[in-house]
Amino acid sequence: MANIITDETIEYVGILAKLELSAGEREKARQDMGRMLDYIDQLKELDTDGVEPMSHVLAVENVLREDVVTNGDMRQGLLANAPGEKDGMFTVPRTFV
Amino acid sequence: MKLTDMTAVELGRAIRERKATAMEAVEAVFSVIEEREAQLHCFVTLDREGALRRAKEVQKQIDAGKLSGPLAGVPAGIKDNLCTGGMRTTCASRILENFVPCYTAEAVERLEQAGAVLIGKTNMDEFAMGSTSETSAFGPVKNPWNPAHVPGGSSGGSAAAVAAGECFMALGSDTGGSVRQPASFCGVVGMKPTYGTVSRYGLIAYASSLDQVGTLCRDVTDTAALLEVIASHDTKDSTSIPRRDTDFTASLQDDVAGMKIGIPRDYFTDGLAPEVRRHVLAAAQALREQGADVEEFDLSLVEYAVPAYYTIASAEASSNLERFDGIKYGYRAGDCQELHEMYKKTRSEGFGEEVKRRIMLGSFVLSSGYYDAYYLKALRVKALIRQAFDAAFAKYDVILGPVAPTTAPLLGESLQDPIRMYLGDIYTIAVNLAGLPAISLPCGLDGEGLPVGLQLIGDCFEEKKLLRTAFTYEKARGMFGNCREVK
Repeated sequence: MANIITDETIEYVGILAKLELSAGEREKARQDMGRMLDYIDQLKELDTDGVEPMSHVLAVENVLREDVVTNGDMRQGLLANAPGEKDGMFTVPRTFV
Repeated sequence: MKLTDMTAVELGRAIRERKATAMEAVEAVFSVIEEREAQLHCFVTLDREGALRRAKEVQKQIDAGKLSGPLAGVPAGIKDNLCTGGMRTTCASRILENFVPCYTAEAVERLEQAGAVLIGKTNMDEFAMGSTSETSAFGPVKNPWNPAHVPGGSSGGSAAAVAAGECFMALGSDTGGSVRQPASFCGVVGMKPTYGTVSRYGLIAYASSLDQVGTLCRDVTDTAALLEVIASHDTKDSTSIPRRDTDFTASLQDDVAGMKIGIPRDYFTDGLAPEVRRHVLAAAQALREQGADVEEFDLSLVEYAVPAYYTIASAEASSNLERFDGIKYGYRAGDCQELHEMYKKTRSEGFGEEVKRRIMLGSFVLSSGYYDAYYLKALRVKALIRQAFDAAFAKYDVILGPVAPTTAPLLGESLQDPIRMYLGDIYTIAVNLAGLPAISLPCGLDGEGLPVGLQLIGDCFEEKKLLRTAFTYEKARGMFGNCREVK
């Protein structure tokens, strides 16, 4: 395997991805990612010098509109989906430790 | 004729001509569901009472002459990544197990305005990540032609439900083949329109630059009718495109005289199952006999589409799925002392294995130090792939090839080796990278009696050429068998 993924890399990516992997999952993720990157590396065979990265296939411009509210009040429905709610607000665990 | 043997358009006509009612249509699909759903598991959520209530309202409007479209009164299934106001929408994920949206996806809204009756939400790969519908947190979908096999994915529930007769038509979403490949495996017609044709408002995002809502139907006529209903310019989706040519049913002509069809030689290499090759080439011959001008050519870059796709799609997924953090909706892990711990536990417990794999890969390719080498490189390759298609469409009206290298694999066979599973998308994925429309329709059965799919790809905004070619082929092919009788 050309791409050696270290435990540190998995740790770092886990932080970026906000995922907490078990020891077994970490080992699997390490192998999976190494294999995927080896596979993706075949893109390096292609000469892309001077080719602009294409994020959107069609020539679309920014779409702007007046900042006017068009939807109705969905407060009740939105709060009904919250895992934790108090006095019309979302509750969360302590944010400062 | 039994109601469940009709196509959606035939049923709609029967209802308008007072030969059937919308309520009878709902009862008919639910009697099939009673018989088969326990085995097939096409749906995550079913709403019989709601569907009957809605059918009565729709019938009143039809009787009053207020609803006269071709799909009024026709029962439909909706992939469970399209938000339905008041009806649970899970993305087949534990993290959204109890999510009830306050609003409805634009495509679904359009379908309801046309008088369709929603019967439930179809099962799928979790967050549309998968090619077999086995990554659903609620258990896999089975292929109605043979339940030992997968239905394909990620819109496997929609494809299987239409094939089995559990609904007359369904919506799906196609990010790398997720409508066309299950359509192929289940012997139904699946269409992904040009990027921007159907609003993505209310479609829970996987890879936004590639996601497009598509249709799963029994035939090409139903496909045109359904696509015509859901195509719209929507200011709520900034990538939505204003089009004036969405009268797709007008293109249902049995005529391909002079149509130039190209067959990419590089789609017919060693990886392609011989039976798939034989049926797809026979379909090409049938179109030639109808007057199309068919020839082979080299498309090039075919093998680079899959690695480019998984880089881009995973990158976008890692960003899109950051919103699932246990605060405003969805699952929240219990017993957390502080916020960051809650984020991590919620996501780790709420997401399944394939979703986590793609989020990890996506986070990596976007991370500082790797962004240029992986993510930007993939976007440059995407530009090259688009150029290859531009060159092809300078010569051809339609590109013809297989949908997938094989027919439906056995359950449990694909997930052990992700890269092998990803390679199964080799013929569908480039279409999403290039934003093109494409249609999958059945063209034969393999030795085991499993359907083989034919794929027709068009240039951007050329859905009508695709539908005309598909319609002509369907006429030449004749009736395709179905799997609605329980074996």
